[in-house]
Amino acid sequence: MSKQCFAVLLVIIVCPALVFGAGTVTGKITYTGTPAKMKPIDMSKEPSCAKQHTTPVTTEAVVTGANNTLANVVVYISAGAPDESSVPSQAVTYTQKGCQYIPHVLPMRTGQELKVVNDDQTSHNIHPLAKVNHEWNKSQPPGTPPLSEKFDKEEFIPVKCNVHPWMHGYFVVLKTSHYAVSGADGTFKLPDLPPGKYTLTAWQEDYGTQTQDVTISGSESKTVDFSFKAKPY
Amino acid sequence: MKAASKCLFSISVVIAFGLSCFAQEAHVGNLTGHASEGKKHYRRFCIGCHGPLGDGNGENAQWIDPKPRDFTAATFKCRSTPTGTLPTDQDLYNSIGRGFTNSNMPHWDPLPDQTRLDLVAYIKSFSPRWQSEKAGDPIKVPPEPSVTMESITHGAELFQKMECWKCHGQQGRGDGPSAPTLTDSKDQPIRPYNFAAGGDDSRFKCGSSNQDLYRIFITGVDGTPMPSFADVIQPNDAWDLVHYLRTLQTQRHSKENEVLKAAGGKIPVKPSDANPPAQPDNKGSGGGN
Repeated sequence: MSKQCFAVLLVIIVCPALVFGAGTVTGKITYTGTPAKMKPIDMSKEPSCAKQHTTPVTTEAVVTGANNTLANVVVYISAGAPDESSVPSQAVTYTQKGCQYIPHVLPMRTGQELKVVNDDQTSHNIHPLAKVNHEWNKSQPPGTPPLSEKFDKEEFIPVKCNVHPWMHGYFVVLKTSHYAVSGADGTFKLPDLPPGKYTLTAWQEDYGTQTQDVTISGSESKTVDFSFKAKPY
Repeated sequence: MKAASKCLFSISVVIAFGLSCFAQEAHVGNLTGHASEGKKHYRRFCIGCHGPLGDGNGENAQWIDPKPRDFTAATFKCRSTPTGTLPTDQDLYNSIGRGFTNSNMPHWDPLPDQTRLDLVAYIKSFSPRWQSEKAGDPIKVPPEPSVTMESITHGAELFQKMECWKCHGQQGRGDGPSAPTLTDSKDQPIRPYNFAAGGDDSRFKCGSSNQDLYRIFITGVDGTPMPSFADVIQPNDAWDLVHYLRTLQTQRHSKENEVLKAAGGKIPVKPSDANPPAQPDNKGSGGGN
């Protein structure tokens, strides 16, 4: 009986959120102008990584797609996000493979578990150059178990490996779980937004941030596009 | 109601004040350092390099390499605590007394103990981290096992396996393939430690004993490319590595160099990819976690 009661209660609590709270924001990130050419990476000093790549590897500060689209842009709700006291229990994973970071840009919630994996046959050191959070620097030789870490404060943290100076990436630590990263086609999707007025922020590591406001009422879908001005250098 | 909120406010002010007072002190043994005193000494001895704001931008800083420490970042090289955590008062006190080898930071041992501890208290006032956080738990350094050829040989294998040579070079001369590209957290070029330089008076950045050497690679040197190996090396292995690193100091008299010399001066080389079956017998499961 009490179990049924509980189930009914759960439906009453959850249903409104499902019915009225399924707003979605989708959009596309593009650029205008000419982005700087990404620099080729010479991995010959690390043969175990070099042999993993059949095509030339370049830096990933600006990753573009067809029709001037931009990948690796983090879009998140920077103001008006519904109260989210609970931190996702599943970890986000950052993999070192072929002496590159996968993904190049990794968003996560403050306090969420971050797992760092070394898939390479070489030692890496994971060195997040945090300023608001704590800077730390850990060695991860091949075959060692994943590192488990977390960050408590919102920050865009550059990550590097000092052994392999071409390795660069970002931890994007956010106070919200409503975030997305644009794909190769520049698109992103922020689902499950309850009705409300939100500020969306789009962040690109070289081009900085842009914001736009959006109002969601009911379970509608809205489109918000961002356009960055490319830096030629 | 109003009175209650006023009361609450004054209580929180008192608490905040109390906390900040607490942060303005430093403790080592029976001594207590005070930031108010430390400030006077800082203005006399430290301000030229570390600057009035403690951000490492003193008027001499532009002539100095490596750059003076930025106390506002609260990132410290020499700690007994894990990477990413604040050092203990004792760590900072030791750093001031020891100075930093291969840098412009002299050793301040001639200053009285109380003065150095007052300086520690003042240095802690430059970052708010000291008010919201405690120092990390110091890592434990287990008793050192005896120096043997097995220990040195295994240390040499670990030097390869952990790829210490990528930066420090095969002979520990600080000339590994990654060495020219290294920068610190402020994008300033920085050199890996050269073990081969110097004789009996040679010191590491964070001390000169075997215990100090052990601690350096377990805690890492925060703010520099040197990472922490705390999660990836067992205590017994760490001691083997210490013993091997001592043999890289070829000009220095040490137990390790004596043992090596007695064994003919050569460390037997094993194929790097082989997992020697004798290893479990030598090392056992000793060391634990």
